[in-house]
Amino acid sequence: MDPTTLARVQFAMTVMFHFLFPAITIGLGLVVAILETLRWRTRDPLWDRTALFWTRIFGLTFLMGVATGIVMEFQFGTNWARYSAFVGDVFGAPLAAEGVFAFFLESTFLGVLLFGRSIVSSTVRWLAAVLVALGSTLSAFWIIVADSWMQTPAGYVVEGGHARLTDFWTAVLNLSTLTRFSHTVVSTWVMGAFLVLGVSSFYLLSRRHRDVALASIRVALVVAFVGTLLIFVTGDRGARQVAVTQEAKFAAMQGVYTTTVGAPLVIWSLPPTQDPADAVQAPEIVVTRLLSFLAFGNVTAAVRGLSEFPLADWPPVALTFLAYHNMVAIGTLLLVEMLAAALLVWRGTLESHRTWLRILMWSTPLPMIAIQLGWMTAEVGRQPWLVYGVFRTQDGVSDNVATFDLALSLALFAAAYLVIAWLWIRLFVGEVRRGPAVAA
Amino acid sequence: MIDLPVVWFALIAVLLTGYAVLDGFDLGAGILHFVVSRGARERGLILGSIAPVWDGNEVWLLTAGGALFAAFPLLYATVFSGFYLALVLVLLALIFRAVSLEVRETSASPAWRRGWDVVFSVSSFLVALLLGVAIGNVLAGIPLDAGGVYRGGLLGLLRPFPLLAGLLAVAMFTMQGAAWLALRTDGELRGRSRAAGAAAATAFVALWIVVTVASMSVPALRDLPLGGAAYVAPALVVGASAAFLAASRRGADGAAFLASSLAIAGLLALGALALFPDVLPATDAARSLTVRNAASSDLTLTAMLVIALVGMPLVLAYTIFVYVRFRRARIESYS
Ligand code: HDD
Ligand code: HEM
Ligand code: HEM
Repeated sequence: MDPTTLARVQFAMTVMFHFLFPAITIGLGLVVAILETLRWRTRDPLWDRTALFWTRIFGLTFLMGVATGIVMEFQFGTNWARYSAFVGDVFGAPLAAEGVFAFFLESTFLGVLLFGRSIVSSTVRWLAAVLVALGSTLSAFWIIVADSWMQTPAGYVVEGGHARLTDFWTAVLNLSTLTRFSHTVVSTWVMGAFLVLGVSSFYLLSRRHRDVALASIRVALVVAFVGTLLIFVTGDRGARQVAVTQEAKFAAMQGVYTTTVGAPLVIWSLPPTQDPADAVQAPEIVVTRLLSFLAFGNVTAAVRGLSEFPLADWPPVALTFLAYHNMVAIGTLLLVEMLAAALLVWRGTLESHRTWLRILMWSTPLPMIAIQLGWMTAEVGRQPWLVYGVFRTQDGVSDNVATFDLALSLALFAAAYLVIAWLWIRLFVGEVRRGPAVAA
Repeated sequence: MIDLPVVWFALIAVLLTGYAVLDGFDLGAGILHFVVSRGARERGLILGSIAPVWDGNEVWLLTAGGALFAAFPLLYATVFSGFYLALVLVLLALIFRAVSLEVRETSASPAWRRGWDVVFSVSSFLVALLLGVAIGNVLAGIPLDAGGVYRGGLLGLLRPFPLLAGLLAVAMFTMQGAAWLALRTDGELRGRSRAAGAAAATAFVALWIVVTVASMSVPALRDLPLGGAAYVAPALVVGASAAFLAASRRGADGAAFLASSLAIAGLLALGALALFPDVLPATDAARSLTVRNAASSDLTLTAMLVIALVGMPLVLAYTIFVYVRFRRARIESYS
């Protein structure tokens, strides 16, 4: 494999693996903060036990996020040296801000939350939970600032082969920062809440820890329900933003080859290919004119097709299309589940409905998969650019790292991650088996 | 008008000093893990003393990395890609160090715990050694080609001076770890920690003298700017190490920890002074990266300065709060 491919595989692997854990902790952090608030306000031992249980799971997941995040911080320099030299003036500041404003906050107060229970007061413990949740969300903000600048660069000029910052806030709040941040944070809420729902359903199904399971479900269901609705709102805004700022990515996401006035929305089709001749494709299921309407609010608007772009500027079409469609499919499924849940809660039969509990339990991984698919849509769809329209991926890779070194490090990290994944599962299963403390 | 690149050179040195002082003690505790403990209970005590704080300490390194990227992107790109395999090793060590503390608790089997304690100890040692070697290479300078790129690979980094610097770093972190353990444990464990601290401090001063002599043969380091500050730093290294030994002998473990921290600050200040105004000397001096030619634009450096001025006082405030609160705590979960 050539160095660029190796570096890309390594980046994709490390970032996707890393992001599994922070995504859980951002969402679970919110649930823990809510539980801690309930404990602090009511002094009810049930909330105390529930909060403690989820804090332990939060803690071990956080740890994996730390272990995998360290690699991310240095990887731009090791594998993407030419990119780092090009972009450091703009791109470095958000990473440093993430350290100053987020990582310190999370890690310091997580120490308090996990180890300080007998040392600090009830209020400080609550505050620590809130600050940890805030820190996780802030770290998502700054990292997404960095990523969004690569998607829709702003507030800079290119000078002497380097990007130079000209306006800090324009670069930070570029066109896509807020849509991407809101959609990502909301999807992590859903992910965390579904994890809580899944484990709690498992407890109810196996008739253990009923009180804690029901308390957890009460909180998580609200988060999951609201989050799932918001995913649609924010995802729709994201799609409309991509339609304007990244037309080639949008065409690949939607599988549009030829520019169409009043374009239909493709609900299902065979994956499109990199070949322009595949423009006529069957079979597919479409809704007439819906794409133009969703993207531009106008049933007759034109959607630009891939054929308008040079082949060298096409993203990997099939991957972008599949990732996007499967994310939306999962989102739709989650929404249906949440509507059903609302109905059951309204009828008061939620706890006794074992089929529904089973569905919830097996749904735990769905948001995790959707979130990975979403990032694949965003990042693969951005190709062949590292900085959209400005800097190509192939120009960013370090040219002084031997191919052998790249392959070796890829193998070493892959092996390390297998171990980490196994350890996380082991830790997680151990905690679930142990369960919350029993009522005194 | 303040000279922003110089300010950021100094601030990154401060961040690295914060890292060496804080993560230094938990790395050192890791290095000493098997040396000073007798039996599983004492190993648990050592881990319990660092469990609530090590992650916050490590963030100093992450933030220094981010600040380096933002303030001196060329340095970040050149050094991290140039020291590729060495850095991959550091990262792997940091990964397994991070998980070992938690994972050991998942089984009561003594072999399992012992195994992860070995991982913890070895990775702590490796991190200390490799960071020292890396800094030694930066100080000694590396060959850069016309494009400003280092192509010497891993073997080109294993030179006498950087290796000595690596050993010096190990001694320094060990001293700091011993000072921490003496402060936070009691009984025989404390006695052994004090003894280890005395040995480490002696090794630290001896190695420092060796490294200083060796630096005479390093072109980039030969002409140290001998202004006032350049005398303060070495005096701090030696004086604080002596103070550490004296305080530790008297049983004043708080003062000893402070002295050890000052010795570290002195050493890092000395390194920074020796390096300045270069940030990465090249064998061919014309290709060196300097505070001027490797720095970001003034706008970026100003934005970063605002971030630091707003954020770091908060960070210091709550870090101190947490350390004070945990001062007398015994963490029971490690056994
Ligand atoms: C639980 C996870 C999840 C679910 C169910 C959905 N998404 Fe999503 N989506 C993400 C999680 C996610 C994400 C991982 O968080 C991404 C990656 C980048 C981003 O901003 O969010 C993403 C990206 C992303 C993008 C690409 C943005 C870009 O290229 O920058 C679009 C257009 C959408 N989403 C739209 C949707 C729509 C219309 C959904 C309707 C169901 C949807 N997503 C469900
Ligand atoms: C927010 C911070 C992020 C930044 C700065 C970033 C940056 C990058 C960079 C530099 C590449 C390398 C180019 C390439 O491989 O083609 C890349 C690719 C990739 N990233 Fe991201 N990324 C970020 C977040 C994420 C997240 C959270 C995920 C997934 C969970 C992700 C998934 C990917 C994938 C799958 C690729 C490979 C794309 C391909 O090779 O075609 N990224 N990203
Ligand atoms: C590709 C760029 C990324 C880099 C350079 C990066 C860097 C890091 C680092 C160094 C850590 C460890 C912090 C510690 O020791 O406490 C970390 C953890 C974390 N990262 Fe990332 N990360 C990236 C992608 C992301 C993305 C896309 C998100 C969120 C959307 C994210 C959110 C977090 C969070 C919340 C943590 C805290 C640990 C946890 O909650 O598990 N990171 N990251």
